[in-house]
Amino acid sequence: MSSNNTENWMKDIGVLDHPSGVGEGSTTSAATNITALVVDDDSVNQMIHSKILENLGIQNQVVRNGKEAVDLHSSGNNFDLILMDMDMPVMNGIEATRKLRAMGVRSIIAGVSTCTRDEREQKEFMEAGLDDFQEKPLTTPKVVSILQKVNKKC
Amino acid sequence: MDGVAQLQKQLVDYTASLFQEGFLDEQFNQLQQLQDESNPDFVVEVVSLFFEDSERLLNELAKALEQKTIDFRKVDAHVHQFKGSSSSIGAQRVQKVCIAFRNYCEEQNIEGCLKCLQQVKHEYSLVKSKLETLFKIEKQLIAAGGSIPT
Repeated sequence: MSSNNTENWMKDIGVLDHPSGVGEGSTTSAATNITALVVDDDSVNQMIHSKILENLGIQNQVVRNGKEAVDLHSSGNNFDLILMDMDMPVMNGIEATRKLRAMGVRSIIAGVSTCTRDEREQKEFMEAGLDDFQEKPLTTPKVVSILQKVNKKC
Repeated sequence: MDGVAQLQKQLVDYTASLFQEGFLDEQFNQLQQLQDESNPDFVVEVVSLFFEDSERLLNELAKALEQKTIDFRKVDAHVHQFKGSSSSIGAQRVQKVCIAFRNYCEEQNIEGCLKCLQQVKHEYSLVKSKLETLFKIEKQLIAAGGSIPT
């Protein structure tokens, strides 16, 4: 059931490079031409978020904090999608998002965080330049919804 | 043949009990769905990573709460991280204790924090041993020639 949905969304937004196999036997995900960056200081989350993207056929890189994300962009890298954690050492998600937008980064930036008690902080995060916000833990359907939501905007 | 069927049933029943007793939640299912033939050990790998991180965090927490002057922000930061990683693998009971723990940190309530530390250690060791048992059954099933029911 879920695999059909993920393949459909890819066709919808026209990023399916080549068709994946049909039926339950198919385990290889279709490769898309989307790239992503996971920004999270927790290694468990890094592994899970990266796998979700990988299974969706999205090439991805992982960094540990906002500064590493900014540095990557400063050295000329670019990604279609950035999954930005809020609480990180060195540079948190809010500051990193602001910096990236100030640098002219137009990627989809989705803020990812645990249910914050502080609504003001979440608002600040959105206002820093997020396109979407998802509560942790991340799941495949949540990532798909980020991409679908942003696609509708275009 | 009989052995495989029995092990499969054992696995299904044991997994169900972990959900029923609240040790695991839906997020664990999400993890299992991420596993595939190209990455057949994904769940074990993520959970092992969680165990490593957790043990480190628990040590840090114990140390922080032993200080003469407790830095509650530091304690809270560790608990926040523990809450995050436990929720990411679906360790529901651990996550719940972390939520209470954070409240005590906010109140700067030492006694509450110490109580929660004991509780979270307890819940963590419970879920750890449950998951280790789960993985053991899975291994036996695969060794007997069966496959993990999806």
